[in-house]
Amino acid sequence: MGKTTAEKIFASHLVDEPFPGTKVLKLDVVMCHEITTPIAIADLMARGKDRVFDPSKIKAVIDHVTPSKDTKTATQAKMLRDWARRHNIKDFFDVGQNGVCHALFPEKGFIRPGYTVIMGDSHTCTHGAFGAFAAGVGTTDLEVGILKGVCAFREPKTIRVNLNGSLPAGVFAKDVILYVIGQLGVNGATDRVIEFRGPVVEAMTMESRMTLCNMAIEAGGTSGICMPDMVTVEFLWPFISDQYPAKEAALADFHRWCSDDDACYEQVFDFDLSALEPIVTFGYKPDQVKSARELAGTPVDQVYLGSCTNGRLEDLRVAANILKGNKIAPNVRGILSPATPKIYRDALAEGIIDIFMEAGFCVTNPTCGACLGMSNGVLAEGEVCASTTNRNFMGRMGKGGMVHLMSPATSAATALEGVIADPRKYL
Amino acid sequence: MKSFGGPILCLDRSDINTDEIIPAKYLTEITKEDLKPYILEDLKLPGFDPKGEKTLTARVIVSRGNFGCGSSREHAPWVFEVNDITAVIAESFARIFRQNMFNCGMAAIELPAEQIDTLMKYAAFPDTIIAIDIERQQITVRGGGQEEQFAFDVSPFDKALVLAGGWVDYADQKY
Repeated sequence: MGKTTAEKIFASHLVDEPFPGTKVLKLDVVMCHEITTPIAIADLMARGKDRVFDPSKIKAVIDHVTPSKDTKTATQAKMLRDWARRHNIKDFFDVGQNGVCHALFPEKGFIRPGYTVIMGDSHTCTHGAFGAFAAGVGTTDLEVGILKGVCAFREPKTIRVNLNGSLPAGVFAKDVILYVIGQLGVNGATDRVIEFRGPVVEAMTMESRMTLCNMAIEAGGTSGICMPDMVTVEFLWPFISDQYPAKEAALADFHRWCSDDDACYEQVFDFDLSALEPIVTFGYKPDQVKSARELAGTPVDQVYLGSCTNGRLEDLRVAANILKGNKIAPNVRGILSPATPKIYRDALAEGIIDIFMEAGFCVTNPTCGACLGMSNGVLAEGEVCASTTNRNFMGRMGKGGMVHLMSPATSAATALEGVIADPRKYL
Repeated sequence: MKSFGGPILCLDRSDINTDEIIPAKYLTEITKEDLKPYILEDLKLPGFDPKGEKTLTARVIVSRGNFGCGSSREHAPWVFEVNDITAVIAESFARIFRQNMFNCGMAAIELPAEQIDTLMKYAAFPDTIIAIDIERQQITVRGGGQEEQFAFDVSPFDKALVLAGGWVDYADQKY
C-alpha cells in the first residue's frame, strides 16, 4: 500500500508514538507572531525555561497590529522583539521589514516540500502549498514547539479533492476554494488533510496554491497539501540553487514527497470546474456561498483587498486590471494592504499602487489587522465589507459588521460599482 | 489535575466560533486573567446573556457540532478557564480548539447528538449538575430529581494530558 504526502511526512518526522494514533513529530519550522507567542514566552519564563530548541528553525514576525496602535500592542511587540534578540533568532521581521506571516515566510524561502511546520495561527495550512505538512496550533503547542521542537498530532486521514477541467476567465483560486468549502462544509475536513490534485492545481502558480491551502482550515482541515512539481521548484530555486546541480535534480528530490499512486484516501471528491463562476459568501460561515451573479447588487460599505489569502502580487495585478482608469463608487471606501514589503515595492514598480490610488483606494502597510478586526480597517456596527480575507464570522472585522468573502477580481468589480458585482463584465 | 463538573451552560447552536468565544480585539491582553470579563461577549443566542448568572456559575458548557471553529487562539479555552469552566461537552469540536483544551489540562468531550439533546433538556432544571469522571470516562447529570449517566470516548493521549496537567508538563518530562 502506498502512502499519501502527509503519511510520508509523518513517517519521516516521527519522534514518538506515546499512544496508538498519536504521533509526536520533529518540527522543521516553528513560526511566531506577536499575538499568540508572547503568552508562550511569558509562560516559558515563568517556568524557568526561557530557551528555544533551535533559533535557526524559528521564524518570527510582528504582523497583526503593526506599527503598534497602543500600549498593549506595543508590549506584545516588545515581548516578541526582546525574545528574538535574546535567543539570536535571526529571521525576525519588525516594522519596515514585516509582512503578513503566511505571505512573508514563503517569500523568504523558509518552506520546503516534506517539512513539518507549526504556528500559533489557524491559517498556517497555507504552507501546504509547497507539499509540506503545516498546521495551525494554539499557544501551548507553540510553546512546546519552541522549547522542544516537537508537536503531537493524530494520525492524519487524507481527503483527496480532484480539481478537474480548467478555470474559465474571471475565476480564480479564491473562487475554487470557496466552492470546495461550500461542498465540504465548515467541518467537512476536521482532523483531515485536504490534498488538492488535478489539472486546475497543476496549472496554478504557487501564489494561487497558497490561496487554495490557506482556507483548508475553513473546512476544518488540519492542512491543505499540493504536490510539489516544477512550479514549486521554480518558486524555490533562488533559495535552493546551491543545493542542486539543476532544477530537474530538485524536482526529482521533491517528488519523493508526492503521494503514491496507490495511496489510500478516506474520501475522494471530483469537481469539474470548467463552468465555475466567481463565488461570494453570503452568511456568517465560509461554506455559505453563492455566485457573484446571484448576489450582484448587494450593497457594501468597504472593500478590502489583502490578507494571507489574497494580498499577493498576482492578486493585486488582477484587481488593478479591473480598476485601471476607473474610480471606485462614492459610497465605498477601498483599502489595499499589500501582504509584504516586497509585494508593495513590486506593485509600486509595476504601477499597480498608482492604479489603486487613482481609483480612490487607501493603501496601508503590510498587516493582518483588518481581517480580524484588530486594526487598519475595522468596520462600524451594521457595516458590510467585500473582502478578500478568509473568514466571515459575525463581527469578524468589527462588532456588528458583516463580511462577504470573494476573489480580488470580484472585490475590484465590487469597489467600482459599490455593490457586489460579477467581475467577468470587466474582462 | 483540574476538577471537572458543576452547573451547566447550554449553548444550543452548531459552529460556535472562537471570535464569539473571545473577540479578537481582546487578543492584545497578555495575561489570561485579563480576558475574564469578555467571555462569549459576541455570542448571539436567544435567551443568552454573556454577563448573566448562568455564565457566572457555569462550570461545564454543553453545545452542538464543530464547537470552537475558527482561530487558533488559545485565548478561547483560557477565557473559559479563568471563568472556572474547565470542560466543554459537544457533538464535535474543531481540531485546534479541542487540542488547546487538552493541552491546558481541560476536557473537550464529544457525545452523540441524542445525548446532547438529553443534557440540553436538563438545562430547564435550576439545580442541574454535571459530574465528569475522566479516568472512568463517564458523565453523570443530575437535576429535577433525575439522574442519568453516559460513557464517553477520549483518546489515551488526551486523557494523559489531563492527568499530567497539560502538554507542557507532559512534553517537558518526556522529550
